[in-house]
This record gives sequence, structure tokens and C-alpha cells, in this order.
Amino acid sequence: MADKSKDILLEPLLKKNPIAGLVLGICSALAVTTNLQTTLTMCVAVIFVTACSNASVSFIRNFIPTNIRIIVQMTIIASLVIIVDQFLKAYAYDKSKELSVFVGLIITNCIVMGRAEGFAMSNRVWPSFLDGVGNGLGYSAVLLFVGFFRELFGNGSLFGYTLLTKTTDGGWYTANGLMLLPPSAFFLIGLFIWAVRSWDSSQVEES
Amino acid sequence: MPPDSQATHSDHPEGLLQAIQKKRNTIAVTVVVAAVLCVVCSFFVSLAAVSLKEQQELNKELDRKANILRAAGLLRDGKNVSKLFDAYIKTKYVDLDTGEYVTFAEGTEYDQRAAAVDPNQSVVVPANPDYPALQRREKVSAVYFVYPDPDSDEFEAVVLPVYTKGLWSTMYGFLALEKDLRTVRGLGFYEHGETPGLGGEVDNPKWKQQWSGKLAYDKDGEIALQVLKGSVNPDSPNAVYQVDGLSGATITSRGVTNLLNYWLSDDGFGKFLEHLHLEGHKMAGTANGG
Repeated sequence: MADKSKDILLEPLLKKNPIAGLVLGICSALAVTTNLQTTLTMCVAVIFVTACSNASVSFIRNFIPTNIRIIVQMTIIASLVIIVDQFLKAYAYDKSKELSVFVGLIITNCIVMGRAEGFAMSNRVWPSFLDGVGNGLGYSAVLLFVGFFRELFGNGSLFGYTLLTKTTDGGWYTANGLMLLPPSAFFLIGLFIWAVRSWDSSQVEES
Repeated sequence: MPPDSQATHSDHPEGLLQAIQKKRNTIAVTVVVAAVLCVVCSFFVSLAAVSLKEQQELNKELDRKANILRAAGLLRDGKNVSKLFDAYIKTKYVDLDTGEYVTFAEGTEYDQRAAAVDPNQSVVVPANPDYPALQRREKVSAVYFVYPDPDSDEFEAVVLPVYTKGLWSTMYGFLALEKDLRTVRGLGFYEHGETPGLGGEVDNPKWKQQWSGKLAYDKDGEIALQVLKGSVNPDSPNAVYQVDGLSGATITSRGVTNLLNYWLSDDGFGKFLEHLHLEGHKMAGTANGG
């Protein structure tokens, strides 16, 4: 049983990564990865939302009328996202300003609803919770990977600490402006998916 | 609620919950479940919104104060923003059309952003290629005076809230003028959505540093300060009226020049500045005995 819990928690990291494997939730991966601090805030928010929405949906899964189950899931997810947004505005104001609408857009993140519908509706509370945390972590892994390269090459820094001094600040590093624009995240996610699928070829779709 | 595992395969006599589960696809249960869910969710959402509201308002207020202090060059790391603000800054409100001060009744809060879009509290920004492409601006604006010495009547600088259109966004910032009302002390934006790395470089501290000491008006009192395309030649006699352009961000740079053209003109803070200038001279005149 302990092994199973561990699998549920850790498999979404690489083996069943929601972004790399299912290519879900990439919209926000483009938007919030220009610097790692914002990325990290977003990751924590998404982990919280997926974990709690999975747990809540699983808790009431036998009472949810089949016809309105998607709306029920949406309502739960939306409420959780609003709560996260309110917390950020109260206790991490600067971060919430940078994330702006993207916190609200967690509602539309396909990973959250995909897990509620695909896992929580047919599993018990604790495994669902773990599945939510695991998928949140899988999402975070990709976001941090993308954020690492975007901040390092786009801004010469990591977590706001300058590592490569930019020419605009009198240093030697000419920042790669493309890295700060959304398309670069597509390239990086593409490379990530490539790397993961080379490592584990069972994820490659049959053509 | 029963333990989760028993929910579907229970052999026990049916309780109310089991009954609901069995009939969950009937219209009555659907409506009840939906209603209960909505009430529970709205309870948690309202709880979060109401209990955190105070802290959020505080943050917004602190952020505004920090930005005013930053424009005035008074923000220091590790200093309490509220204390600095209370010690150095005095807020007044000005009717931009007349340049006269206005006062609000005790306890009323003036929301300048809301006023700027309220037809009753705003005026149309004239269409002019040298002005920002803004629709309307508020009639009454806050101005922030910097008093280095709380006991003295003499202010050291004045901070004006300004905004303009960049490429993607409305850029909100503060322009600080020295007490001669001609020399710029600082210009900074606290909210914009320009392209990171290009127009977003308006936040670059090195670029912002250039503003300090530049002259807004020339000898004849005309608005002269502008953002160039390219960099300023330091030997040019006009260098004091010029700031380096942001490379790759022509439209954002032009937006900043338009900001100066508009807000420093009589359509913006011009009348207020004139008013303040005369007032200052009178005060200086009496101090010198005529």
C-alpha cells in the first residue's frame, strides 16, 4: 500500500508527467516562467489547488449527480483558486501582482480538471490527494525546468540573483530576448518532452 | 458521512446518505446537491475574501506609498515604508483644470483610478499626436509634496501621478520634480505590461537613473524633455533635455515622451505647476522682505 501511494505521488513527475505525457496545461507554462520566483509561487498554488480539488471531489464523488459532475468539479476548483488568489493578495502581494490573471487562470488549467475527472471521481480521498500533489509536482518540474533556462539566458539571473552580468548593466552577457517571450517556452517544453520520451520510450505515441 | 469505502458496496441497511447516493441522478437530488455545494463553496470564498480584505488593502496602500517614495528617491531598503511616507510626504488634491487645491470631506476616500473612467469625474484627453492615446483623465488628481523637515513649510520636491499608453498597456507611474518645478528628480512606472527585455526596460534602474537632474522645461518655459531614438550625446547642449531611448522599444519610448508632453502641459499639471510657482515666489518674496 505504501508503495502504491508512492507510485501515485511520484509517477506524475516523469513517467506520467501531465505536461510531457499528456501535453496538458501548457498555456500557463508559457506565461509564468520568465523568472523562477514567480514560477515557484505558481507551482505552489497549482499543487495546492490540484491536491485540494482532487480530495474534495473524491470526498463527495458518490453524491455528485452524473449530469452535472463537470460543473460541480468546476465550482470546487474555482472556489479553491479564488481562495489561493485572496491569500496571495494578502500575504505575497508582489508575487500576486506579477502573476496577475494567471492565478485566476489556474481554473482553466486542464491538469486540475483532468485529474478531478480522471482520477478523483473513481478513487478514495487519500490516493486522490496524493495524485493531486503528484501531478502538481509534475507540472512544477516542467515549469521550473523552463523557468530555469528562461531566467538564466533571458535575464542572466536565477531567483533574482545575477549570475551573468548583462551588457545593459555594464557586464559581458548579451541577454537573449527571445527567452523572455512566450515562444521560447514552446521550444523548451518541446525539448523537455523529447528528453523524457527518449528516456522512457513507452510514452511515445504509436504512429 | 460514511467511510468512503462503504459508499458504493455497502450491504448495510440503507441510511439517508445511501439513499441519496442511489437517487443521485434524479432531478430533486441534483438540485439539492448543486444548492448545497454552492452554499458551501460560497461560504469558503466569502470567508477568505472578508477575512483577508484588511491585509490586502494594507498591501495596496503600502505599495502605492512605496512607489511614491521610490519616485522621490526616498525609498531605502529595510526602512518602514509607512513611517517614511508619514514623515516626509504630504498629500494634497488639485483640480487640474484650474490648478487650485481642492479638499474632500473628512473620511471620504478618493479613488483616482476609478475617477479617471467615470464620465462625471473625468474629462476627455484632447487628440494630439504628441499626447498619449488616452481616452479620459480624472479632473482631480492627488499630488505629493516631499518635506525633508516636518517643521518647515518649504517642500523639497513634488511627486505627480502620471500615466501613458505604451505598446501593449497603460503605464502608470510617478514623476518627481525638484522644488524649482523644472528639474526632474525621478520618473518610474509601477504598473505596465510592456514586453520584458524591450519596453519592459523602463524598469531598468540604469535607465531610470538618467532622469534625475534633467530639465523638463527650456528657458522659455516650453516642454523640452524627451526620450530620444538612440542615445544622448553628452556633449550636445540639449543633453539636459534628453534621455536615451529604449532599444527595440520605439513605441514605449514615444509613450514616455508623450507622457511628458501631456502631463507637463496645461492639459495636465501645467496650471497647477504655474500656480505653485507663483505661490512659491510670493513666499520667497516675503521671506526676503520684498
